[in-house]
Amino acid sequence: MFTFLARRLLATIPVLLIVAVLVFLMLRLTPGDPAAILAGDAANTEQIAQIRAGLGLDRPIVVQFGIWAGKLLGGDLGESFYYKQPVTALIAQRIEPTLSLATLTIVIAVLVSVPLGVLAAWRFGSGFDRALMGFSVMGFSVPVFVLAYILIWLVSLKLGWLPVQGYQRLADGFWPYLRHLLLPSITLSIVYVALIARVTRASVLESLGEDYIRTARAKGLPELRVLVRHALANAAVPIVTVIGIGIALLIGGVVVTESVYAIPGLGRLTVDAVLARDFPTIQGLILFFSVVYVLINLLVDLSYVFLDPRIRY
Amino acid sequence: MKRRIVTAVLLAAVAGTVMAQDKVLRIVPHSNLAILDPIWTTAYMSRNHGYMIYDTLFGTDEKNQIKPQMVESWSVSPDKRLWTFKLRKGLAFHDGKPVTGEDVAASIARWGKRDAMGSALMTFVDRMDAPAADTFRIFLRETCGFVLEALGKPSSNVPFIMPKRIAETDAFKQIEEHIGSGPYLFVKDQFKPGDKAVYVKNPKYVPRKEPPSGTAGGKHVYVDRVEWNLALRDAQAQVNALQKGEVDIIESLGFDHYETVKKTPGLQIPRYANVDLQYMARFNHLHKPFNDAKVRRAVLAAFAQEPFLKAQVGVKELYKTCPSMFTCGTPYGSPAGSDIQSKSNMKKAQELLKASGYDGTPIVVMKPTDLAAIQKLPDVAAQLLRQAGFKVDLQAMDWQTLVGRRAKKDPIDKGGWHMFLTAWNGHDIWNPIANPTMDTRGEASGWFGWGKDDKILELRNQFMRATDEAQKKKLAEAIQTRAFEVGTHVPLGEYAQPMAARKNISGFFITNGNLYWNLKKN
Repeated sequence: MFTFLARRLLATIPVLLIVAVLVFLMLRLTPGDPAAILAGDAANTEQIAQIRAGLGLDRPIVVQFGIWAGKLLGGDLGESFYYKQPVTALIAQRIEPTLSLATLTIVIAVLVSVPLGVLAAWRFGSGFDRALMGFSVMGFSVPVFVLAYILIWLVSLKLGWLPVQGYQRLADGFWPYLRHLLLPSITLSIVYVALIARVTRASVLESLGEDYIRTARAKGLPELRVLVRHALANAAVPIVTVIGIGIALLIGGVVVTESVYAIPGLGRLTVDAVLARDFPTIQGLILFFSVVYVLINLLVDLSYVFLDPRIRY
Repeated sequence: MKRRIVTAVLLAAVAGTVMAQDKVLRIVPHSNLAILDPIWTTAYMSRNHGYMIYDTLFGTDEKNQIKPQMVESWSVSPDKRLWTFKLRKGLAFHDGKPVTGEDVAASIARWGKRDAMGSALMTFVDRMDAPAADTFRIFLRETCGFVLEALGKPSSNVPFIMPKRIAETDAFKQIEEHIGSGPYLFVKDQFKPGDKAVYVKNPKYVPRKEPPSGTAGGKHVYVDRVEWNLALRDAQAQVNALQKGEVDIIESLGFDHYETVKKTPGLQIPRYANVDLQYMARFNHLHKPFNDAKVRRAVLAAFAQEPFLKAQVGVKELYKTCPSMFTCGTPYGSPAGSDIQSKSNMKKAQELLKASGYDGTPIVVMKPTDLAAIQKLPDVAAQLLRQAGFKVDLQAMDWQTLVGRRAKKDPIDKGGWHMFLTAWNGHDIWNPIANPTMDTRGEASGWFGWGKDDKILELRNQFMRATDEAQKKKLAEAIQTRAFEVGTHVPLGEYAQPMAARKNISGFFITNGNLYWNLKKN
C-alpha cells in the first residue's frame, strides 16, 4: 500500500512538470497583452511598453520561464500582474467559497442521487424508474446558467426565501453561510444528481441479478438490507469513481455558477485572470487544479481497497 | 512605521464603529477594481477609486467650468508665467498630517509623468515649489493656456493629491499606500480583489460650502460606509440583486434592462451625467488602405451615426447624433468641418472610394465578443463598409485580445489590424489636448492608430498657448476641421450610460461619472 502510494505521488512530479511547461508556453502564445490591459484604454504605446518592461515581459521567454520555475521550486507561485498580490494568497482567499460550494454540491448530489438510483434499480421498468431517467436526461441537458436564473426567479425573487447573490464566510455565522450557498449548490448539483443516479441505477441493477442477491433473499433478509448491504455495497466501485470524476469536473462547473451567483471563488478568479491575461495567476491556478485532480484520483483509487476486499495494492 | 500603525488603528476604529450602524451604500461598479494607483493606469475603475479617497486642487462643475476644490485662492503674474496657489485651511490626509504645498508639488510632478495632459503641461513647467506650508507655485517657461484645465481635469488620469512620501514613488511603479485627503478612507484590510472594496466616511473631511456639482463643490458624506460589490458582474444577476434590495446602485445598467428597471416599482434611473459618452471608429494609419486620407474620408462618408446608435444603444432617449470630435455640450463641441460625415450618404462614400484607387485590400475590423457596451458596433461598421465597396474581414475576439492587438504596429499579415471601435467618457476627449486622437505625432508616439498630421500638431500647439477663450474655441474648430479633412477617426454619436438605483437613495447630482458623495440612504 505504501509503495503504491509513494509510486503514485512520485508519478505526479513529471505530470506537474509537463503541465507547468505547457501552461507557460500556451499562455505566451495566446493573443493579448497584460501590459495593454493594465495600462487602461487611454494609454499610449510608450506607456504600455514601460509597463511591459516593468513586468519583465520584454525578456526572452526562456529567461521568463527560468525565473518562474526557480520561484516555483521554492514554493512561490509568483505575484499577480493584475492584483499585485502573491498568487498563493489569492488562491488562499478564494478557496473557502469554492470548497464550500463544491462540498455542499456533492453532499446534496450524493444524498439525493444514490437513494434515487437504488430505488430506480429496485423498481426497474416502473413509472418511477422512467421518471428518474427522464429527469436525468433533463438534468444533463439544461445549461447551468438557465437553471440558475429559473431558481433565482422562483426561490429568491418570487418566494423570497434565499438571497439572489453573494457569499458569506463561515466565520460570519453558519446560517448566513448556508443561506448564500444553498441555491448555487442546488443549481450545480442537478447535473451531478442526474449523472450519479444513472450510474447508481445501472450498477445496482447489475448487482441485483447476481447469485449472492438471490441467496440473501433466500435467507429471508429484509429487502432494505439486501439493497443496501449487498446490492449497493457491491455496486460501490463505479459509483465512487463517478463521484470522484464529478468532484474533479466541479472545478469547471463552479466557474459559471460563481459568475451567476457572484461568489468570489476560484472559478471567478480563473475567469478574471484569463480575461486580464494575468499569467502568474493562471499558471498558479492550473497547477493548483492539477494537484487537486491528481489527489482526487489517488483518493478514489485508495477507496477501492475499502470498498472491494479483492483489490489490493 | 509609526504613521502606518496610527492610520491602521484609525481605520480599524472607524470601520468597527460604522459596522455597528447600518448606513451602508452597496454599489455594483461597472467593472472590477484591481489597480489602486489612479496615476499608474488610466482605467476608469482606478479613477473612481481615486475620487473616493483623494481630493483634487480644482474640479470641473456640471457646466464644465473649472472651480477650486482644495485651492482657496490663486493668482497669476502679469506675464502669466508664475502661478501661485493657496490651499484652503483644514486639509488633512487620512493619517492626520496636514496637506502642504510640497505634497501638491510632488503629486503634480508624478501625475505629469503619466497623464497625456499632465505631460503636455510639464513641457511648459520650468519648476514648482512650496514657499509656505499652504502655498505652492508653478513657474512656466512660457505662457500656457490650460493650467487650470489640466489641474481640474475630471477624468483619467486625474491629478489627485497624495502625501509627498507616496507621490515620490516612481511614476512607473504602483503606489503601495493608499492615503489621501478625500471624503472616504480606503479600508485596505477589507479589500478583497474580485470580491469587495470598502470605504468608510472620513470624519475629519471638511467639505467646501458650495453645493456639489461635477467634481467640484462640497463633498458631503451621509453614509458611514460604501461597499463596492466586485463579484457581481452578471447583468441579469445585478438587476435581480437590485430588485431584492441586496444592492443599492448599479453603476452601469445594460441597455437591455433599461425599460424593465424603469417600470419596476421601487427602482429609479437617476440622471447624473453632464456629458455623454462618445463612440468612435479608429483607423490604423500605418497600413494601406487607411494610410490614405482619401480612403479614410470614404469611410467618414459611409459611417452615418444613427445606425450605430440604434444597433448598440437602441433606446432612443439615451442616444443622440453628435457631429463633433470634441464632446457635444462641452466648450469645444462644434459641427465645424463635419459635413463629410453629417451630410454623408452611401452614394458619396462609394464615389469617394472609387476615386481613391482602393485596391480591394480586405479591411480587418476587430470585434470584441465579450464587451456588451460596444460589441454591436463592429457589425454595423462591417455592413456599412461593404455597402461602400470595401472588402471586410470581421475578426471576432475577446476585448482583452483586442486591447493587446491594437497596440501592435505589425503589418496585417502578421497580426495587424485596420479598425477597431470603442467608447470614450466625454471628458476624455472634450478638448484637443485631452483627446488622444489629436496627438498626431504618428508612429513616434500617440494613441493606437498612430495618425500623423503636422497641421493638427501645429494648431494644437497654438491651442496649448492660447489664453483667450474665444481664440481657443476658434483653434479647436480649426483642429476639428482639419481632423475631418484627413480623417483621424470617425465619431459615431453619443449616448448616456444609465445608472440604476433603489428609490430610497437620494442626493444624486450632475457630474461626469460615478461619484459617491452627497448620497443619502433612507
